[in-house]
Amino acid sequence: MSSSPTSQLLSLAIWLPILGAVAVLWLGSQRRVVMRWAALAVAIAGFVVTLPLFIGFDNHEVAMQFVEHAPWISRFNIFYHLGVDGISMPLILLNSFITVLVILAGWDVIEQKQAQYMGAFLIMSGLMNGIFSALDGVLFYVFFEASLIPMYLIIGVWGGPNRVYAALKFFLYTLLGSLLMLVALIWLFLESGGSFNILDWHQLPLGMPAQGLIFIAFLLSFAVKVPMWPVHTWLPDAHVEAPTGGSVVLAAIALKLGAYGFLRFSLPIVPDASHAMAPFMITLSLIAVIYIGFVALAQSDMKKLVAYSSISHMGFVTLGFFMFNTLGIEGALMQMISHGFVSGAMFLCIGVMYDRVHSRQIADYGGVVNSMPKFAAFFLLFSMANAGLPATSGFVGEFMVILGAVKFNFWVGFAAATTLIMGAAYTLWMYKRVAFGEIGNHHVAEMQDLNSREFLILGILAAAVLAMGIYPFPFTEVMHTSVENLLNHVAQTKL
Amino acid sequence: MLNNFVMPDLYPAAPELFLVTMAMVLIFVDLAVGEARRWVVGALTVASLVGAAVITVLTADGQTTLTFSNLFADDALADFLKLLTYLSVIMVIIYGRGYLAERGLDKGEYYLLVLFATLGMMVMISAASFVTLYLGLELLSLSLYALVAIDRDSVRATEAAMKYFVLGSMASGLLLYGMSMLYGATGTLEISGVAQAVNQMQAPKAIMVFGLVFTVAGIAFKLGLAPFHMWIPDVYHGAPTPITLLIGSAPKFAAFAMTMRLLVYGLLGLAIEWQKMLLIMAIVSIGLGNLAAVAQTNIKRMLAYSAISHMGFMVLGLTSGVLGLPANPYVAVSAYSSALYYMFAYVLMSMGAFGMILLLSRKDHEAENLDDFKGLNQRSPWFAAVMLILMFSMAGIPFFIGFFAKFSVLLPLIFAGHTAIAVTAVMFSLVGAFYYLRVVKLMYFDAPDDNSPLRHNIDMRVLLSINGVAVALLGIFPDPVMLLCHDVMSSLIG
Repeated sequence: MSSSPTSQLLSLAIWLPILGAVAVLWLGSQRRVVMRWAALAVAIAGFVVTLPLFIGFDNHEVAMQFVEHAPWISRFNIFYHLGVDGISMPLILLNSFITVLVILAGWDVIEQKQAQYMGAFLIMSGLMNGIFSALDGVLFYVFFEASLIPMYLIIGVWGGPNRVYAALKFFLYTLLGSLLMLVALIWLFLESGGSFNILDWHQLPLGMPAQGLIFIAFLLSFAVKVPMWPVHTWLPDAHVEAPTGGSVVLAAIALKLGAYGFLRFSLPIVPDASHAMAPFMITLSLIAVIYIGFVALAQSDMKKLVAYSSISHMGFVTLGFFMFNTLGIEGALMQMISHGFVSGAMFLCIGVMYDRVHSRQIADYGGVVNSMPKFAAFFLLFSMANAGLPATSGFVGEFMVILGAVKFNFWVGFAAATTLIMGAAYTLWMYKRVAFGEIGNHHVAEMQDLNSREFLILGILAAAVLAMGIYPFPFTEVMHTSVENLLNHVAQTKL
Repeated sequence: MLNNFVMPDLYPAAPELFLVTMAMVLIFVDLAVGEARRWVVGALTVASLVGAAVITVLTADGQTTLTFSNLFADDALADFLKLLTYLSVIMVIIYGRGYLAERGLDKGEYYLLVLFATLGMMVMISAASFVTLYLGLELLSLSLYALVAIDRDSVRATEAAMKYFVLGSMASGLLLYGMSMLYGATGTLEISGVAQAVNQMQAPKAIMVFGLVFTVAGIAFKLGLAPFHMWIPDVYHGAPTPITLLIGSAPKFAAFAMTMRLLVYGLLGLAIEWQKMLLIMAIVSIGLGNLAAVAQTNIKRMLAYSAISHMGFMVLGLTSGVLGLPANPYVAVSAYSSALYYMFAYVLMSMGAFGMILLLSRKDHEAENLDDFKGLNQRSPWFAAVMLILMFSMAGIPFFIGFFAKFSVLLPLIFAGHTAIAVTAVMFSLVGAFYYLRVVKLMYFDAPDDNSPLRHNIDMRVLLSINGVAVALLGIFPDPVMLLCHDVMSSLIG
């Protein structure tokens, strides 16, 4: 693939939004109208250049596709090495797609420093495409860390009252995790005789204490990012304080970075340690699924509730990874993509209400269906998807992971399945309190139904959620070969 | 008498001779031009430095040439460090010009002292003997003591100068004592002669190590490593900001040269001993610097403590060069070139940061508190972005040069088996991230307290912008400078 004309696509997916962001920043908030359209154009162009990745993708190819390989830092043998497989390619599409929606969502809601807002999201989008396509350890790390900067600014500049605390907590928590990963990456470089190529590391034989230490270094980094219980506490703060767009990107994409890291680094590089640590990881995941489900039930703030529901859903993802069967991993990947749509949509819905009433408290609402019928319909669909209703995307991934878990161990499957009850309980109970019943107060009565921009955003997401729920085959088809390959690789010991 | 006189080869010292001549010329030019045309002196100073740079480039041949009876060396490291020194001093003059003019401090003496300090640094960088090294060091230090006190009516500056002078003299004394021990043990003042004596095990080791301890203490003082760091916060804080900028930039290259000449050229045979000393001081510096910086409300003091931690990180690169004797040149080049690269990156970032303080200062207002950075994003989005780049770079976040500097030091460190030290160092940089992020928070998340416009000097604004963009671009393309540092080192060791 490397010599084909399409081989610059990944670079385009990374650098087009970033360079576009520079142009948007240069236009500035004074030329607001032009700037907004430019930002939208960049976001759409960024999405369009990722489409050939999907169309031209060879579903039966084991090797990396759309590979780019150029020297970057010859002093340390570091390469600008990009490529995608069935695991990373859908995530790049998802990221570029969500970016378009986020730009639209900030269209006239963000009043101050809008150019910087749009620019930050575009840069974020490019950096995250970089994370998903990097095949060089240092390149991955550089994108991974750099993506903290725009998110820190997004939370801190456009966030809620407690934004400074939330932004700082977000930054330091994630930095803490990734610094140890840096040491592990350098150690792997030295151990592999001078290579930062992730694919070389996959083949690198490693002894047991070393594998365990590397696993722990990666675990700290990725677990904070996922986030897994008990290092999840930054997420509710970040979500609650972030502006709507920030919450959407955090939930839909940023949380997937950690999960992706497990599949790209932990499992293939240290398979024996992964197997040894699997019971521990499964326990943590189940705690996230069940305990955080209860925590979500107790929330009075809608954003916090969805944040905890995200942690619970991400617990499903890590659970799927560490059972080492096809259903588990494919289900987890499906869950990741579905969660990207659903949690993004949930935060957008909350944003729609927040823009009108300026409150996220469930108690401040009631009877929204009376004043906003169209909105209530969308909100119901996404709530159902969040609860894992069949025929929505939320069902596919959860069902596959539960099947995989039952195959692995009945009681793990049983415990995981309680999420269907928990998820329904906290989501639908919230929906009931917000949307149904008598009109709660005069604010709710004055709420205007969706405008055409909001209708468009939610409509696109609704279509995506339904399409993925009814016909998930294209998604599983894309990832199948890569997942099988990964599982075969992980099954072989490196000792 | 005259028959015995041999004219030394002046060619290797051409830049120094040029600069000292220009300094003499400047004394008279300064007398001739009046107060109103003081800029002529500044322009001539910059021109002299540019001239010295041209001469350095033209005379650079990558060979090691000794002259003045083996007192003075001209080699690739010297040329490279001298060029960086000129560049930093030129930036200091341009950044500081407006600030000094507003306060009536841009006297002829300022430019002259800066030139003599530069000359001192150049002599240190090219020193091939203890005597030359000490001469250069004293010329540099005495010029700096006077510069710190150039605002003679400021109590704080005078106190800082006094403190700097007393502690600096003590450090020079320690260094001199160490050198005399080494001389006593080896019978030579020539650095290459010392190296020979050490390698051939002719010198009594106990006396050598005794002298080494004092030498290392002197070096640590000049670099600002804990526990010899006490002067740094007070001098950085007390000195007029352009002088702080000078102290925090070019002399670091000279101190680096001194470290290389004494420890690596002269005492590589004792590397196992001095590496241990440096390792302890490095970790203490990183810890103390980062922790103390958190508590500062004055940004000059904060940057002073950050300088201590950065020097600690740089020295980590020096501790991983020799794993066993005889030294492996490949490992040594890798480690020392990382330290050199770190030094380059640090000076570039620190100049930008002090430049930002100067940009925000006005005639009757010192922008030296963290709160002066409040809401900078609303006052000037561009310079807020420059400061953002500088702060994230200092915190070691990619894609900025600071990350690759840390990376290139950590790699040989882990190779040397100091993984636990590497983990400790990166954990302290997490603490460091906190106070750098606080500056970003003030600039972006808070509203400005005062909305007065920033300094107008176009030359400074352009240079500061270039400085910020360089920190970002050299982070995206770090290879050229890394390779340059590597080539310089490998032309010396190998």
